[in-house]
Amino acid sequence: MEPGVLVELSHAGRRENGQWLVRDVSLSIQRGEIVTLIGPNGSGKSTTVKLALGIHRATSGSVLRARGLKVGYVPQSLAIDRSLPMTVWRLIRTSGEKNEDAIKEALAAAGIAHLGHADVHSLSGGEFQRALIARAIARAPDLLVLDEPVQGVDFSGEIALYELIASLRDRIGCAILLVSHDLHVVMAKTDRVLCLNGHVCCEGEPQSVSVSPEYRALFGPRGAETLAIYEHHHDHDHGLDGGVERLVHRPDGVGAHAHD
Amino acid sequence: MIDPLFLQAILGGCGIALVAAPLGSVMVWRRLAYFGDTLSHSALLGIALSLVTGLFLTAAVFLTAVVVALTLNGLRRMEQVSSDALLGLLSHASLAIGLVVIALIPSARVDLFAFLFGDILSIDQTDLWIIGVGGAAVFAILAVIWRSLLLATLDRALAEAEGVRPGLVEAIYTVLLALVIATAIKLVGALLITALLIIPAVTARSLARTPERMVFLAMLFGIAAVIVGLSASYLIDIPSGPSIVVAAFIGFSVVFFYQLLLRRD
Repeated sequence: MEPGVLVELSHAGRRENGQWLVRDVSLSIQRGEIVTLIGPNGSGKSTTVKLALGIHRATSGSVLRARGLKVGYVPQSLAIDRSLPMTVWRLIRTSGEKNEDAIKEALAAAGIAHLGHADVHSLSGGEFQRALIARAIARAPDLLVLDEPVQGVDFSGEIALYELIASLRDRIGCAILLVSHDLHVVMAKTDRVLCLNGHVCCEGEPQSVSVSPEYRALFGPRGAETLAIYEHHHDHDHGLDGGVERLVHRPDGVGAHAHD
Repeated sequence: MIDPLFLQAILGGCGIALVAAPLGSVMVWRRLAYFGDTLSHSALLGIALSLVTGLFLTAAVFLTAVVVALTLNGLRRMEQVSSDALLGLLSHASLAIGLVVIALIPSARVDLFAFLFGDILSIDQTDLWIIGVGGAAVFAILAVIWRSLLLATLDRALAEAEGVRPGLVEAIYTVLLALVIATAIKLVGALLITALLIIPAVTARSLARTPERMVFLAMLFGIAAVIVGLSASYLIDIPSGPSIVVAAFIGFSVVFFYQLLLRRD
């Protein structure tokens, strides 16, 4: 593995009960890079993530991880059973991080400095995802992996979350692997997009993927037209703590309305 | 003058309540109540085994519970049978086999009632030693695996991504559970062990904001139930198991209605 590479999948695939969930995925993530996996439901995005993390073993090909790689993982649709009492603070401590300052910093970085002592069962979808992100970054990870982080989050919260995720690379210097089935959402800051449908359909910079024939074949011309690439705009939105946050742009006009 | 036998039972009961609190809390969080029931019912099979082979009772019950638990874990991987149906099958089968075997042993002068519902006078000094040493071992092991167990309870994939092997911690938890069931059977009886594990934890839930706080409160409720229950059992001569469980249930009801009143204000 070359230096600076955190995870490298070469022709990796996974077969369960005689069926390929995903095959022939080659992907390497460099330090500080943002990679987005997109694809329809059942296209093998989560499986690819689990291969990369070592949760699943590859049935074909190989997966290499940098020695001592620290991963912060935000799994898809984590639901904490209501019978389990849990505060945001305690949830973050399950990461193994005990240092109070580090936990406070992680809370602040996730934009929920005021929610440290809140009960996780009383959080909104967006707040809960932020708590999970705070937990993941409290470990000071080299690689942050987010599997569908905006599920169950309302639209304005969704934009704020993507904004937050993009800011984390600069703030803690980690690489980010992001999974999304929402084709409208590819962050402008993404360095590379991999489009999956059981295998890698196409990959490249967000702009080039959206016009590639493979992408159009998979999602149709309409999908290609609506592939939004979020960019910063100077509209604003109110964050969870009441402060002003920047709102990112959505080309179809939703959420990017002028304020006056 | 307080009967030393009674004191022995109280001491042993409190020890069991202490260990039952963390294991019972995990049982509630992971929805393992029925699983716990199955293991406790298999204790009767263990008693039968002990009677047939002459093996030490606690050891026989412990071994049987571990074997049943491992069988369950193995069978659970076959997805054609739902896991609650499987539990129902093994739970009642092991109970029934135990009862049949015990009935078939002509020489055995067995007080079946005591095994099913507990007997305050059956706790002897050997049991106290087992509870003391075994309890300390359970706590030591729990302290080591606690974070991993909590992570695996939150989310298996999350645990695996962070280097925890959920299957391993779950297996360790199951063995600890079997150990507690084996030591608690004399006191509470095979039919009611799960109640001692679960009721104090459920009572503690609404009063706790963190997992550890819930475990701590469950210990207090468990000890209170044991002391009240055993005293009643001793004074008015009722079987100790039901007596402890009724005490625990009264504790739950008090907390429940107290919470209801608080919410109305």
